[in-house]
Amino acid sequence: MNKDFGLTKEFVLKNRAKQKRRQRTAFVFLYLAAGIAVGVLLVIIGFIFANGLKEISWEFLTSGVKDAGREGGIFPLIINTLYLVGLGLLFAAPLAVLAAIYMTEYSKQGAVISVIRFFTTNLAGIPSIIFGLFGYMFFTKMLGWSWSLLSGSATIAVVILPTLIRTSEEAIMTVPAGYKEGSLALGATKWQTMRKVVIPTASPGIINGIILGMGRIFGETAALFFTLGSGTEIANSLMDSARSLSLHLYTLAKQGISPGKSYATATVLVVIVLILNLIAGIFDRRINRYKENR
Amino acid sequence: MEFAMKMNEPAQSSRIKVRVSKLNLFYGSFQALKNIDMDIEENQVTALIGPSGCGKSTFLKCINRMNDLIGGCRVEGDILIDGADIYKDGIDIAYLRKEVGMVFQKPNPFEMSIFDNIAYGPRIHGLRDRKKLEIIVERSLKQAALWDEVKDRLHQSAIGLSGGQQQRLCIARVLAVEPSVVLMDEPTSALDPISTGKIEELIAELKNDYTIIIVTHNMQQAARVSDKTAFFLLGDMVEMGDTRQIFQLPRDKRTEDYITGRFG
Repeated sequence: MNKDFGLTKEFVLKNRAKQKRRQRTAFVFLYLAAGIAVGVLLVIIGFIFANGLKEISWEFLTSGVKDAGREGGIFPLIINTLYLVGLGLLFAAPLAVLAAIYMTEYSKQGAVISVIRFFTTNLAGIPSIIFGLFGYMFFTKMLGWSWSLLSGSATIAVVILPTLIRTSEEAIMTVPAGYKEGSLALGATKWQTMRKVVIPTASPGIINGIILGMGRIFGETAALFFTLGSGTEIANSLMDSARSLSLHLYTLAKQGISPGKSYATATVLVVIVLILNLIAGIFDRRINRYKENR
Repeated sequence: MEFAMKMNEPAQSSRIKVRVSKLNLFYGSFQALKNIDMDIEENQVTALIGPSGCGKSTFLKCINRMNDLIGGCRVEGDILIDGADIYKDGIDIAYLRKEVGMVFQKPNPFEMSIFDNIAYGPRIHGLRDRKKLEIIVERSLKQAALWDEVKDRLHQSAIGLSGGQQQRLCIARVLAVEPSVVLMDEPTSALDPISTGKIEELIAELKNDYTIIIVTHNMQQAARVSDKTAFFLLGDMVEMGDTRQIFQLPRDKRTEDYITGRFG
């Protein structure tokens, strides 16, 4: 056997020691990076909770806004925010999933689809104030929906649509080709295959995108400035103006109305997002029960 | 050859189930199948052998028209199943694929329960009756020799089964739609020898009720399970005959070279 390549024991062990040192260094950086990322998050949440929790009372959670937010609570705004999230997702999610199905499975994969893909990717990165201006011009003025829950949720739907399409598309594309072939080979139509095999298999990814979209709606202010309005009562109809928690928080902080109430509002916002993520996680596990061996 | 002793007797049945005549298939300008003529007899196992890229899987996928899914694929010639041309306009593809089932190289159970995997086929064809579905699931799993291993966990995920069990599940899933022909595209190439043995036993059982066409890279497997063997090379069907004859007395020099391991 040829033994003159120079890979002697001494040579290999010497380099082994070097590689081990490098691996240790890499691990230190990895731990550091992970630690900083989690640490920053904990500090922010801790800071908000520390300042906000003492301001939160039963009354704050259950009563309406008084004196532009200096007094009273945020109950109507919590409800309005949930309306906004619900409506925004209702408009955007079905559209996004259907568009993604069309783009991945039905259309010819040619120039047109590439262009659409290019735009959806780039739209996702456009500052939301631009969408806000668009919503103002189009929904509020042209369609005459005024400052309302309808204008706001339509605008926010447009904001999250590109991201939802992209994530749904990716989720659908990661479904193994064998699943589709297996279904078609049994005599299923393309649509049966999509509905009963591909979409259920892709649903964790799709739901993940919806959770991201939900977070985006909670946090959005710029796109809602000119569209949602600043009504502080619970919206009774789609045409009512209805301030969301984030918009309220922005107003309180920006105009220096009440630092205490700002932190309290922020705390509520964070808690709601955490709870909804938790619920989404449970939901995700339920529909995923066939994924792994359990 | 030592495995010659274990080979099946040439079968007696002679009703033609699938008749292929002058089949040509093109991917764009590349011709993948050249003027293939083949008669496949009912209730027999026909093995398709040949080196990678010779067209045997492509040929298999013509029989249930899975090639329709590939862009730029064009088929000329006729394939008759029970005398009916499956490439005629107006043929119902869903019904064709119900009649001609397919088992793939890599087991592909859906991410559903074992029960729902088997019931999938009958359901997409419109069967809703729970009682009937339960009967179908049980009978199909028994036919695929999987029932005893899974009867207590029908409502657990099929993804939790071993590779060999998954492949038998896929066979059961095909049987659940009552096909008359079963195509198998290297059904054991991803499995360990014990699972492979079980699938081969199963094939021997199933040929009493179904016409089976199997693509395999494993020549001992072809010799063990099949009645007829067809040898493909570069898009041509070089030779077809009784499996015993192909392996003991090949007529064509290229067949002899291949089965004696001189290439491929």
